[in-house]
Amino acid sequence: MHHDEGGTVKYMLLINQGEFDVAELSQDELEQIGAEYQAINQTEGVTPGTWMEPPETSTTVRVDNGQTLTTDGPFVSVKEALGGYLFYEADDLDAAIELAARIPASRLGGCVEIRPLKEGY
Amino acid sequence: MLAALIGFLGDFDLAEEAAQEAFAIAAERWPVDGTPDNPRAWLVTTARNRAIDRIRRDRTLAAKTALLELPEPTQDEPAETPMPDERLELLFTCCHPALALDAQVALTLRTLGGLTTDEIARAFLVPEPTMAKRLVRAKHKIRAAGIPFRVPPPHLLPERLAAVLAAVYLIFNEGYGGRGDLAGEAIRLGRALAELMPDEPEAHALLALMLLNNARREARFADGSIVLLRDQDRSVWDADEIAEGRGELERALALRGRGPYALQAEIAAHHVDDPPDWTRIAQLYAELARATGSPVVELNRAAAVAEAGNTEAALALAEELDLDDYHYLHATRAELLRRLDRTEDARAAYERALELVHSDAERRFLEQRLAELP
Repeated sequence: MHHDEGGTVKYMLLINQGEFDVAELSQDELEQIGAEYQAINQTEGVTPGTWMEPPETSTTVRVDNGQTLTTDGPFVSVKEALGGYLFYEADDLDAAIELAARIPASRLGGCVEIRPLKEGY
Repeated sequence: MLAALIGFLGDFDLAEEAAQEAFAIAAERWPVDGTPDNPRAWLVTTARNRAIDRIRRDRTLAAKTALLELPEPTQDEPAETPMPDERLELLFTCCHPALALDAQVALTLRTLGGLTTDEIARAFLVPEPTMAKRLVRAKHKIRAAGIPFRVPPPHLLPERLAAVLAAVYLIFNEGYGGRGDLAGEAIRLGRALAELMPDEPEAHALLALMLLNNARREARFADGSIVLLRDQDRSVWDADEIAEGRGELERALALRGRGPYALQAEIAAHHVDDPPDWTRIAQLYAELARATGSPVVELNRAAAVAEAGNTEAALALAEELDLDDYHYLHATRAELLRRLDRTEDARAAYERALELVHSDAERRFLEQRLAELP
């Protein structure tokens, strides 16, 4: 297995927020979600990512024959775009799956992708 | 043996290579030194030592490898160090939900069933290089993504169960078609699962199903041709397996099991009754068809309805099914048409079944039936 000396694997968890509308949630629900994210960020092995502005604010850049081309919006569709991320150093994939399932986005119409990081970089 | 090595080394490829080396060493040494008391332990220990040597060599070349905390190779008598059986761990690793379903099954057949890549490719109807690539990709993901080599903790077991049962049943069916060693391996795994999850009805039900079917295995073939249930020689059925199978089924039913394996096991138990209660079997197939939505199950129901005495109703059921490429549909229709004295229609159905059949034993059976038509 892809373990380092401590017997752990490093993962990046890519969070997709889905299409849920913050305006539809009550104050209580928002506080609840905030508390859940806080608990995740305080979980041992988690290095929290920073909050991102929504994907509508994104700009995508390509270079073609030396010319810089910019387009408005994310590379993928807005609803598929990255909404947040965190790093997690865990024993194995099962631990990472359990953490991913606790991230509120994964039950609010979004999803979480777990990507192992290459060792030694 | 492979399971023990993968468990120890955490690497499928390394384990396979080391196992091959150990067999090569055994082939040289055993004829000279004599076969060790515990050949399996000898092979595992030798393979393990070889793998550790290899990792040490590789490590000086490439500073980073997966396994840094390695024990010293043991220098003592290898035959004295038995390894724990780790097939159950291997099974759960191969059937991890982070792997695609077809990759789970292929990997299980390869590592636990011992099928060659070519055999698995044929079972999946894909070219051999495609299957080889799929297996390499799955093994790489296990390593890179940190899929654990272990039996999951109790809170994860229920959601992992379905994939594991399906893989074991596939190995069994691969064996039921002729490879007796695979059927035996599947039953051993089924026993281990039933022990691991004593309160899970489907684990007991799958074990019951495999035992009850396997008990009739010897009677299913004669002179290279399939023998129908009603023509089978009951004296060669395995009475111990039938008794154990019935016991496991009772356990599953006592746990209120009503899942697909419990229904199939109950059907299999009725099959070994003398005479079978075909009306009850048809009811159970109807329940199973509702649970699975499978037209193949409906076809089995049609056959049971016919055995219960209602050939017309059975034919009407079979004619409704969308299974034109399935040789059993035409074989069943042919049999029903023959019983209804519709000889020409029966002949056409046998001929269609013969166009579609793959197994030689089934082909001989169909040819015989066709020749017997008036």
